[in-house]
Amino acid sequence: MADTPRGAGEPLVRLPLHDRHLAAGARMAPFAGWEMPLQYAGILAEHEAVRSHAGLFDVSHMGRVRVRGDDAAARIRRATSYDVRREPPGGAHYALYCTEGGGIADDIMVYRIDHARWLVVHNAANAAAGYERLRAVAGDAAEEVTRDTVMLAIQGPRAIVAVRHVLGGAIDALATRTCAEVAWQGGTVFVARTGYTGEDGMECIADRERGAALWDSFVAAGVPPVGLGARDTLRLEAALPLHGHDITADTNPYEAGLGWAVTLDDGEPFTGRPALQRLAATAAERRLGHLRLTGRGVPRAGYAVLDPSTGGRAIATLTSGAYSPTLRAGIGMGYLPRHRAAVGTALAIEIRGQRVAAEVVPRPFYRRPQ
Amino acid sequence: MEFPPQLRYTTSDEWLHVQGREGVVGITDHAQDQLGDIVFVELPEIGRQVKRGEAFGVIESVKAVCDLHTPVDGEVIARNDALTDAPELVNRSPYADGWMIRLRLSDPAQATELRDAAAYQAALPAAPAH
Repeated sequence: MADTPRGAGEPLVRLPLHDRHLAAGARMAPFAGWEMPLQYAGILAEHEAVRSHAGLFDVSHMGRVRVRGDDAAARIRRATSYDVRREPPGGAHYALYCTEGGGIADDIMVYRIDHARWLVVHNAANAAAGYERLRAVAGDAAEEVTRDTVMLAIQGPRAIVAVRHVLGGAIDALATRTCAEVAWQGGTVFVARTGYTGEDGMECIADRERGAALWDSFVAAGVPPVGLGARDTLRLEAALPLHGHDITADTNPYEAGLGWAVTLDDGEPFTGRPALQRLAATAAERRLGHLRLTGRGVPRAGYAVLDPSTGGRAIATLTSGAYSPTLRAGIGMGYLPRHRAAVGTALAIEIRGQRVAAEVVPRPFYRRPQ
Repeated sequence: MEFPPQLRYTTSDEWLHVQGREGVVGITDHAQDQLGDIVFVELPEIGRQVKRGEAFGVIESVKAVCDLHTPVDGEVIARNDALTDAPELVNRSPYADGWMIRLRLSDPAQATELRDAAAYQAALPAAPAH
């Protein structure tokens, strides 16, 4: 039956909270060079916990780099697609690293803690490249802090209540997509009202000691741990792209629907700008489309998208696909030719040689009740 | 984890319960545990002839897709259609409510070539040292 996933042979990096994950019953799996919790109670139960109450994720594998200095904003701007100089102190914004050709080298979160202190969070698989990119623009003012710290995400409709229970009223001022440092247990915890699940929630970064204490506090408060398995189904329902799958160096921000994360009107040079300017001036030939199965089955990354209107010709490949626990249907994403990408277009997914009906739907697949 | 002694087991983690000239097929407790939450089961048409080792269906969990292999030769005479709407029965009850197909056995003696519970259990990979 199912093979246990195996690493490529190199030793995996263990999370600072590794023993806590094992104690919580985690099934561990390799991911981007890290030994990560894939699931605890089960992917469906964990997914449901986040949608209905709250869940606790250890995302300490994400690459974290601090950048300091009065000119840090201008320096980071030269590395990223988005004009981060617009962010006020306490601001947080999604941005991209682009290639010279306008492809997406990584998608990142940029946090402006205060005027001269920044934090950039990278995907684990791109952490080393992200650090190098920031070193290239900021030199020694860029400091990698990934392994010295713990990063936890608390997500779900009850997440804010849980964070307040643990960290106190200091978090009350945090609006969506803002960040702050909060005093806790003789030190500080960085807190941001951001996440990757489609729910309200917060992400916390602390040194290893306080990170462990934070984990214990959230577990004691009744927030169940959630692994990478549910993180993937949650982010896919929210139609949040995963770098390396839905967005890569071979896809550009416009066809991915991420043009809003690219600033061209400030005239500042940054990596990929000339190519992005050309791409922005022409209509994308393909668009990242969102498909929902109307027939039975589980769509998965790599499956072909067929066009019944042309006799079932393959027109795209799914970049992500899964069974959606919330919708109880198969969902997926893939780059569709522009003329077949409109919402309502009837398409099909090829599953083990069978054609299963699917429809282009609006993004996201799931939106939390307001 | 349970492995009922009255069943015979394949190396690909299916079980067979021989009842006279018929046999019921499902997957083991170990298999459902390895797969995790099961979200889709595809079973064959009634009347289909299946050969030992051949794939008779497909099972999918949130993370994985696997073929289901028939332990012995036979004809499919019933299938568990409850799994269409409730595939989680395989997780909850792998040896009873989560059964998959019933076969008319071509050669009941083939069942003796399958592993018994003790041999199946002995061949399982050791549990990770949690």
